[in-house]
Amino acid sequence: MTAAMLAFFEGNQEGFWSILLKAVFVENILLSFFLGMCSYLAVSKRVDSAVGLGIAVIFVQTLTVPMNWTVWTFLLKPGALAWAGMPDSDLSYLQFLTFIASIAAVVQVVEMAVDKFSPKLYAALGIFLPLIAVNCAILGGSMFMVERNYSLTQSVTYGVGSGLGWALAIVSMATIRWKMRTAHVPAPLRGLGITFITTGLVAMAFMTFGGM
Amino acid sequence: MTATTTPPVAKTSPLFGPDELKVIKDPLWDNNPIALQVLGICSALAVTTRLDKALVMGIGVTFVTSIANVLISCLRNFIPNKIRIIVQLVVVSGVVIVFDQILKAYMYDLSKQLSVFVGLIITNCIVMGRLEAYAMGNPPWRSFLDGIGNGLGYMWILAVVGAIREIFGSGSLLGFKVVPQALYDAGYVNNGLMVLAPGAFVLLGIIVWVQRSISGYSEK
Repeated sequence: MTAAMLAFFEGNQEGFWSILLKAVFVENILLSFFLGMCSYLAVSKRVDSAVGLGIAVIFVQTLTVPMNWTVWTFLLKPGALAWAGMPDSDLSYLQFLTFIASIAAVVQVVEMAVDKFSPKLYAALGIFLPLIAVNCAILGGSMFMVERNYSLTQSVTYGVGSGLGWALAIVSMATIRWKMRTAHVPAPLRGLGITFITTGLVAMAFMTFGGM
Repeated sequence: MTATTTPPVAKTSPLFGPDELKVIKDPLWDNNPIALQVLGICSALAVTTRLDKALVMGIGVTFVTSIANVLISCLRNFIPNKIRIIVQLVVVSGVVIVFDQILKAYMYDLSKQLSVFVGLIITNCIVMGRLEAYAMGNPPWRSFLDGIGNGLGYMWILAVVGAIREIFGSGSLLGFKVVPQALYDAGYVNNGLMVLAPGAFVLLGIIVWVQRSISGYSEK
């Protein structure tokens, strides 16, 4: 077996459940790394659109993290082009450009595929998909994958987990905001301000998973 | 998300007149990107555990927004409308790569601490938002000023959050101790919550509250 093939299985040796639970609860990509805040603040006003965006993020995140892993391992990282006879190559400075381009491409393909095969799903997800290409959580997920040196299986797990965590956070926030719309909040605090403070409380609740 | 666009400039306007000054001053307070336009929160919180990180991040966003604004503004008449997001993303990533390489060359430790957040300037909504709302419809010089203004508007909020979190969270400012030892001896402890995520959320909520009470803006 060549070194490149071994990379499919060898990562930083962290277990499956550990990565999954950490990505969903303890190191929630939104509540502890603040990624994807813009769409979170914009879309969490209504529960149904929050659910739609949440599902779209899980879907795209699960596809893009392993895909960027492949691009990183076989094209970009130092020595990655050894299979093409160039062991000294180091294209890692192209990381940002390549990742964002492949994310935009995946989102475009997914959008077309969903439109073709399930018009019903497209009607529900359609408007959210273009938003996702510029969602920090998606690009951030791929970058954490590189920084933490995950293997392919680990990166699939991390993709699913971080997408789930993001969806969980936005849906719970949307339900809270829906309940809160009748509350008497001081005028300057309304909207952004109170949403931040509530998010702080939700984040604190998620931190209690830390000891697991 | 609200965004302002000013009407195109008359040909005879001076290089830096009152209109240009307004383009820079507006985003600092009246139309602040974080507090009022609700843009660019993503990275605003993660890098503010210490003041120096917040300042470097603010400089980075100012740099990227202004340069990308100029480039897109120069290209604005040649970009087909359908693929403009991709074009914008490519231009922004190019500028971010330049900033990242500069940071790695001259401030290696800080660039390690900022980890993925330098790269995430690409998806920072301020950059994309200003490109879309301003640079696509205005000449390069004004777009440059708009980029600087929005970058600085972002930076001062980050600096305030960063300073408060560093003082109360670790008792120092830019790495120097500011809370006197006598206070610790008297039983004062650093507030650990400030360095963690929930502290940042609550603090930013309060800053937005204060900013909006003074500027008199409210939603709905």
